[in-house]
Amino acid sequence: MSTAPRQMHLAAHFPGVNNTTVWADPRSRSQIDFSSFEHLARAAERGTFDFFFLAEGLRLREHNGRIHDLDVVGRPESLTVLAALAAVTDRLGLAATVNTTFNEPYELARRLATLDHLSEGRAAWNVVTSSDAFTGENFRRGGYLDRADRYTRAAEFVATARELWDAWTPDGTPRPFRHQGQHFAIEGEFTVPRSPQGHPVVIQAGDSPEGREFAASTADVVFTRHGTLEEGRAFYADVKARLARYGREPDELKIMPGVTFVLGDSDADAQERAAGIRLQQVSPQNALLALEQVWGRDLSSYDPDGPLPEIDPDPESSLVQGRVRHGDPFAVAARWRALSEEKGLSIRQTVIETTGRQSFIGSPRTVAERLTEFVAAGAADGFILVPHLTPGGLDDFVDLVVPLLRERGVFRSAYTGPTLRSHLGLAEPVWKG
Amino acid sequence: MSATAPLHLAAEIGGPPRYDPGHYTGLARLAEHGALDFVTLGDSFARPGPDALAVLSRVAPATGRIGLVPTVTTTHTEPFHVSSAVATLDWVSRGRAGWYVDVSTTGAEARLFGRRPAATADELWREAGESADVGARLWDSWEDDAEIRDVATGRFIDRDKLHYVDFEGAAFSVRGPAIVPRPPQGHPVTVVDGTSGPARETAARHADVVLVRATAPEQAAAARTDLRRRAAAYGRDPDTLRVLVALTVDLGDAETAPEPGLESGPPLAADGSYYRGGPVDLAELITRWHRGGAADGFHLTPITPGRDLERIVNGTVALLQHRSLFRTFYPGGTLREHLGLARPANRYAPEGGRA
Repeated sequence: MSTAPRQMHLAAHFPGVNNTTVWADPRSRSQIDFSSFEHLARAAERGTFDFFFLAEGLRLREHNGRIHDLDVVGRPESLTVLAALAAVTDRLGLAATVNTTFNEPYELARRLATLDHLSEGRAAWNVVTSSDAFTGENFRRGGYLDRADRYTRAAEFVATARELWDAWTPDGTPRPFRHQGQHFAIEGEFTVPRSPQGHPVVIQAGDSPEGREFAASTADVVFTRHGTLEEGRAFYADVKARLARYGREPDELKIMPGVTFVLGDSDADAQERAAGIRLQQVSPQNALLALEQVWGRDLSSYDPDGPLPEIDPDPESSLVQGRVRHGDPFAVAARWRALSEEKGLSIRQTVIETTGRQSFIGSPRTVAERLTEFVAAGAADGFILVPHLTPGGLDDFVDLVVPLLRERGVFRSAYTGPTLRSHLGLAEPVWKG
Repeated sequence: MSATAPLHLAAEIGGPPRYDPGHYTGLARLAEHGALDFVTLGDSFARPGPDALAVLSRVAPATGRIGLVPTVTTTHTEPFHVSSAVATLDWVSRGRAGWYVDVSTTGAEARLFGRRPAATADELWREAGESADVGARLWDSWEDDAEIRDVATGRFIDRDKLHYVDFEGAAFSVRGPAIVPRPPQGHPVTVVDGTSGPARETAARHADVVLVRATAPEQAAAARTDLRRRAAAYGRDPDTLRVLVALTVDLGDAETAPEPGLESGPPLAADGSYYRGGPVDLAELITRWHRGGAADGFHLTPITPGRDLERIVNGTVALLQHRSLFRTFYPGGTLREHLGLARPANRYAPEGGRA
């Protein structure tokens, strides 16, 4: 038996529009210019990453009835950026987040199949769903969907897309398709031949029980938020255990948490840098905003360097729009108050302590060790790295950590296949004629 | 129009369906070698072929100057997505994007989406006009200097410079603002085939470039005059409109003499705008029509792009360049600059913002 260590998968997330992304740093550049996307994608390809990942925006976020102005705002449309990136990369997978609520299967399946052709087999689709009427105000169909309907629509959407991707025979003969379902009743001819990967890779990012089931039945990759070893192992075990129900092997679904990292010359240096970055991420204004997101109240009159408010959260608040509210606000507020009192922390310090601490902090060697440990311990199959700087935030990781991962024999030194499926070790889907 | 008005040339690079990017990149580079204003790539849900906007986005980094104008239909698509995708093409091409607006008229296309039955051309072109309208509003929904990155106040943008469009059309409504900041050209170039019927009204109101199929220069001139009059009626400066004669060209028999036909030789089919002959005679036709004021230029659809585009560029265009009738290099960087169109003012900005 071979004792080769488990291989890790790596992806690069283009910095997003929450406060993880530090725009106030002098090294920060445009989140829109193609040169920024090219820089980060080329860095990822130099590091032989599996794929490059783009999130999606369909409505600018609002806070207290006004457009949120403290974080990066605006981004280009994902699939169009990825088609352009296909011209400046050769092997890197190209993943776009695209919502099933505000698209139709025929058009989206066609755009994804086109990207797979244009990139010669490197396309991936991160399937997300949405139910909010707020976002729906930008679209024909409007917004609201029941929570349960979101997943039935998403599941039928993906199934329909796969029927379309199978519409042409592998030898290139178009055949008519017909789909009659609860959400979609469509028929005709697909305009694109079966693409190099057969089906573009499907990524799923939800964490609810419905989301996990959807991932187990349908996805090739799960993008999770479980960044700690224990949470990661529990999630990993839970989702992998669901696969058998669908006749799938554990290796057919890759679990990749989205993680942040801070590197330093030494572990102590990295910790110091991490604290500095947290201060940049949680500006005084952003600290009050984070507090308002939990409390659901206008707290703009509070001093970010002063104590937490004594007033209780408003659970029915509509203060925040276009952003997911996590957890029970009373429980979160109670936890924050306890911490603040115990350690004597201000509002800003409390927010820094309780939110968004970087996942991996240390010297390149320490970070490489811990990443390896996660994979060895069954907490992840790999990672989606979220840099905090655009566009240079991945450079140090690629130059300093990737060589150590290669040295350890846990990460490829060169691409062995042409397609994203080959990087991920996923078989080409069987054609269903 | 004076005889010295600049000539504008564009070419379609679509043809029998191809899915390999190298094919399209090669054709776009060839057209760029001829300093053409732009290439179009047709698209339809009704026939095989890849998504045209994605193809031209793939072409963008492999080219430097040529305008890139994919067909994007408005009948079964979301206006918000279309606006975002075209704006993004403008960003990735650094100001070379256009949008060739078209509609989906068939029941077969309607059944691919299953959301609505086929509708009349009148209705679809009115909706296309609304799509073009809301698209341009979304492009304006960010003022050019909205991004401020003000570290002192912690503000990334000045939200007073972002605007809700609150568009209410007959077929859809869009709240806005856009997700994508205002594109490099302000508005990517909007192209409509305004030869006839309901499309002409939409073209006069919303297009920067109007294509007109015509069999004689008088017919093209009449269409151009009509379009300029209608544009003026919508409060537009007619000089912001470029009318190009759309010609399908077959240079396959380039070595043989053209059949007898129109005036000095180049034959045009009676159903409009099909040219078959040699590249030199095509240059003659272009010169004559342009000098006579019939059009601001030509949009050529080679019957076989792989063969005919090479003959257009190295034959027809080279001759026009030799006669100093067409540019030999690009003085500007954006498609609007090639077309001599100003960067539009922003309707939401005080004083129109940066022009």
